[in-house]
Amino acid sequence: MSVVLSADEASELLKASIAGKLPDARGRFGPYGGRYVPETLVPAFERLEQGIADHLHTDDFQKEFRSELKNWVGRPTALTFAPRLSERWGAEVWLKREDLAHTGAHKINNAIGQALLAKRLGAKRIIAETGAGQHGVASAAACARVGLPCRVYMGAVDIERQAPNVDRMLRLGAEVFPVETGDKTLRAAIDEALREWVTDPEGTYYLIGSAVGAHPYPYLVRELQSVIGQEAREQIIAQAGGLPDAAFACVGGGSNAIGLFYPLLGDAEIELIGVEAGGTGDGLGQNAATLATGTPGVLQGSYSIILQDENGNVRETHSISAGLDYSGVGPEHALLQAIGRVTYVAAGDQAALAALEDLCETEGILTALETAHAYAAASEWAAKNPGKRILIGNSGRGDKDMPTLKQHPIRNKPNAAT
Amino acid sequence: MQPHERIATAIRAANDAGRTGLVPFITAGYPDPKRFIETLKSVANNGDVVELGIPFSDPMADGMTIQRSSFVAIENGVTLRWTFEQLDSAVGEIDTPLVMMSYLNPLLAFGYSDLARRARETGVCAFIVPDLPLEESDDLRAALEAEGVGLIQLVTPATPPERLKKLADASRGFLYAVTITGITGGDAGLPDTLASYLDAVTAVSAIPVCAGFGIRSADDVVNVGKHAAGAIVGSALVEVLERGDDPEVFLQGLR
Repeated sequence: MSVVLSADEASELLKASIAGKLPDARGRFGPYGGRYVPETLVPAFERLEQGIADHLHTDDFQKEFRSELKNWVGRPTALTFAPRLSERWGAEVWLKREDLAHTGAHKINNAIGQALLAKRLGAKRIIAETGAGQHGVASAAACARVGLPCRVYMGAVDIERQAPNVDRMLRLGAEVFPVETGDKTLRAAIDEALREWVTDPEGTYYLIGSAVGAHPYPYLVRELQSVIGQEAREQIIAQAGGLPDAAFACVGGGSNAIGLFYPLLGDAEIELIGVEAGGTGDGLGQNAATLATGTPGVLQGSYSIILQDENGNVRETHSISAGLDYSGVGPEHALLQAIGRVTYVAAGDQAALAALEDLCETEGILTALETAHAYAAASEWAAKNPGKRILIGNSGRGDKDMPTLKQHPIRNKPNAAT
Repeated sequence: MQPHERIATAIRAANDAGRTGLVPFITAGYPDPKRFIETLKSVANNGDVVELGIPFSDPMADGMTIQRSSFVAIENGVTLRWTFEQLDSAVGEIDTPLVMMSYLNPLLAFGYSDLARRARETGVCAFIVPDLPLEESDDLRAALEAEGVGLIQLVTPATPPERLKKLADASRGFLYAVTITGITGGDAGLPDTLASYLDAVTAVSAIPVCAGFGIRSADDVVNVGKHAAGAIVGSALVEVLERGDDPEVFLQGLR
């Protein structure tokens, strides 16, 4: 099954998307999305859909959510001008500082929003999956905040490479459940969380961490993360005097990217660029560049673009960053690529590491390895488009990556006192 | 007779002979791809319908046993295409109706119209697709129906009554009643409410109801058989194959 959209269809879908009409009643973003779940979970998804309709956009819920974002998460997060990085790149670079949000990444916006919703829906416990551990930490914190027990599924490989976050989750009172099956990373953790949910679809709330999965999750996560783009748009107009020429965000499942891009879709003059993990190369299993190299298929509940072999088995991925190391991508990104509104490119492990150092040296910000991919692509774009205003979604901080970064020598020490 | 009608006929024949219909499940090409047809024949000789699992990289509704068999089979090169080719070599040698269980993505990758045609050619009478709910199933159902191949629906203890009726009406071959709220291979035993649940499912179904998940022993088959036309035995049989024991001895012990 392939998806080819005519120019007219693409234009209609873009209009519908900007007008907030997607997903449609069947949970579709054009051809993508939908709900492919085991029968046991169908009533649970229907309850969740109804719960969202009953609560998410009510004044009561929004008041509580906005209050938590302000007083507990610490929003609005800053928009930071990056003068030294701008000089190095020959551009005007602005950073949307999701790393300053409580627990250190954008993940908390979604986690607290869903935890509040779960509470209203009468959930007895929360399960979540995590790759880099940021969503696990955010879920652990949000569950403590609303007073619900929390279990986080995490692949054994990720437990190893994101050790600091494992300790944070435990300290915040969550249970961390190691997943030893499949690829032992994010995909296996989602599979295992779904299996757990199948055993208790009524009492358990599955707090998914990215804009992936079956309807209504991609929609719900987008709605909760759109605060990033809403704030950034206002801030850049106020601080820079106008909209950016281009906006960059890294894409694994795509939650921070959809959160930044969605409120900017209608600003046709902004070029939107999503950056996937190019890993170590273009070969099978060497990267996680789903949109760049994948094909349409169904993985973990939705029809989207996935990395798969000719038999429909999902391929393993590689990325230096655990949070981008995923064989699928949110269905709304698949649509935005198909209609040409967002361009998706890949940045490799080495380029991400170099960009991470650029930012450390010039602005004193240690960004997450996931986020570093967005910088790598932005620096390349800046070289070809000198003097432009660039907005980068600085989705998280890099403290969690110290075990990985220790394996890579520090390039130089330009700021060292002599 | 359409292929999917062979399934109900086989289950009813077992019931007429005073037995519960027995539906053994094996993962295609497990444990040894070279002996697949031999294993399939020995299982088919001791079952009324055989459920054949196509391995998939992300078996989200399966427990550890079937996950393990699935990953081993994939490593050994087992695919949907390979499975059809193996079945080609045994056409006319297996009378037992076959049902294929596959997650959706391998079927999408194969292409629905080729799938339906190959199924009919190789004696596959129906499909079970655990991650394809009724609402998303129109395209696949239409393609299969064109070749007389059925799409079996699952119902579970969590299914509300009005949905149960819709699923029963849509199902072809048999109606798959999942006994537990959970994944395959559970060892928690069958729930106390099993009898009333299966009675309620049977009451709305025009085709035979087969119960599956957690059925491991002759006692389980007897218990289920009082309230359903057939019993599906999956993980327990895959464990027998995993140990290298004789599946025929195990299945004969269930009858």
